[in-house]
Amino acid sequence: MRDVSIIGVGQTPVGEHWAHSLRDLGVEATRAALADAGLERPDALFVGNMVSGLLCQQENLATLLADFSGFPGIEALKIEAACASGAAAVRVAQLAVASGAHDLVVAVGIEKMTDLAIDGVTSALATAADADYEAAHGVTFTALNALLMRLYMERYGYTRADFAPFVITAHENAVTNPYAMFRETVTPEDFLNSPMVAEPISILDSSPVCDGAAAVVLCPSDRARSFTEQPVKILASATATDTIGLAPRKDLLWFGAAYESAHRAYRQTGLRPEEVDFFELHDAFTIVSALSLEAACFAERGQGVRFAQECHIHRNGKLPICTQGGLKARGHPVGASGAYQIVEAVNQLRGHGGPNQVANCRVGMAQSIGGMASVAVTHILGV
Amino acid sequence: MELPRYHRLRSTFYRLQASRCAACQATYFPPRPYCLHCGSRNLEELRLSGRGRVLSLTRVYQPSRGFSDGVGTLTALIELPEGLRLIAQLTDVEPAEVETGQEVEMVVRRLRTDEEQGLIVYGYKFRPVVGARAAEGANSA
Ligand SMILES: [Zn+2]
Repeated sequence: MRDVSIIGVGQTPVGEHWAHSLRDLGVEATRAALADAGLERPDALFVGNMVSGLLCQQENLATLLADFSGFPGIEALKIEAACASGAAAVRVAQLAVASGAHDLVVAVGIEKMTDLAIDGVTSALATAADADYEAAHGVTFTALNALLMRLYMERYGYTRADFAPFVITAHENAVTNPYAMFRETVTPEDFLNSPMVAEPISILDSSPVCDGAAAVVLCPSDRARSFTEQPVKILASATATDTIGLAPRKDLLWFGAAYESAHRAYRQTGLRPEEVDFFELHDAFTIVSALSLEAACFAERGQGVRFAQECHIHRNGKLPICTQGGLKARGHPVGASGAYQIVEAVNQLRGHGGPNQVANCRVGMAQSIGGMASVAVTHILGV
Repeated sequence: MELPRYHRLRSTFYRLQASRCAACQATYFPPRPYCLHCGSRNLEELRLSGRGRVLSLTRVYQPSRGFSDGVGTLTALIELPEGLRLIAQLTDVEPAEVETGQEVEMVVRRLRTDEEQGLIVYGYKFRPVVGARAAEGANSA
């Protein structure tokens, strides 16, 4: 297998893009990433997207984006892994380059969520759960996470207020990110007074419904410097799965897929968790942040929330997370988020982190989670 | 449109049919074709008692499409005496009256109405076991 590097990145602002369609966003991010790499045309395009069929009545999305980006004819496929679709597209692109099947590959993550009313979006997102034994019973995605959050609070003795640092940090980091949806800070009082979506999860525990697309260009590492002076190596790329339903899991408070994919990634690099300089984690809900920190072995079991309370997740902390606002404040256009994480990690490693630059960083990790933590994709990048 | 789907699901939705591995006795709900524990594909039908205990619960304010009359209702993670768990809606209960640890029993209720087709989907929900019903359950056990 060949070593693979990222030679270009591109993203659209995240938000409610009333004036821009699914194809507009996908083309913009794809062409921005290609331009960053000094390229006009890739050999292949992998599109990470979760639910364009339900949200926009458009499938065959990869063909559409290859066509409208100006290169019909190339190999183009849609990759779906629920909310981890964007990261899954990067994983497939990495496999395509590593295997020698293609040399210049674009992975773009995209979602256009704001064309539907909220109950339609809620139903569409619930398709990532077990359709027959969760969604058909009116069990929403937020409800699944709420059941888990309550269990976690009762098991380890936390209150709702204890989860606030995840939200406050994400919003602080988004203020200076020009691509972020919520460029404003929130206070502990805002968090406590936020209306409930599914108790104990409030609006401010949750990432927003929004639109966006982000893309990266991959090539074999030995050719990377002919395209850019600042290539970033993909040191590890790993996916793992768990049971599709939450209820059947032996250990409800353990993200097995996140653990497995993180540890496959650690094994691929020989790196240990303490050698990771920052972690773009999947903060779709505050409880997911806590359990992700535990699954990737940055915090002991039951200590994910404590880890945040002790300020380790700040920009200058032991392990900065969500350095450009995360899913919470940059925004979570579901199938795009995994690709945004990779773009942000590349920017950090190139020293393009702006006011949120993590000092002296060499190794960054990004983990995207889909379904009720039933699938996870982890990448470790380095310079 | 979804008629065949719910017809296929009737044994689990109306009778909580589960499965048990004939080789290692591991139990599953929903039923599955291969045992996750020992790999056997020899799984037998298992009928659950329909009794359970609330392990976690949430009051939902933003329901899915088709469940709009579910605003403010409870969704619960339920532990069954057969060593299984499932997630279902609670019914016949005021949200303020239920806590984790509550004993519950299965009933068949309307899950939702498909507005376009007029199709009514029925399936399992759970209600608290109280007073006479609790005593009755204890006697027959
Ligand atoms: Zn077995």
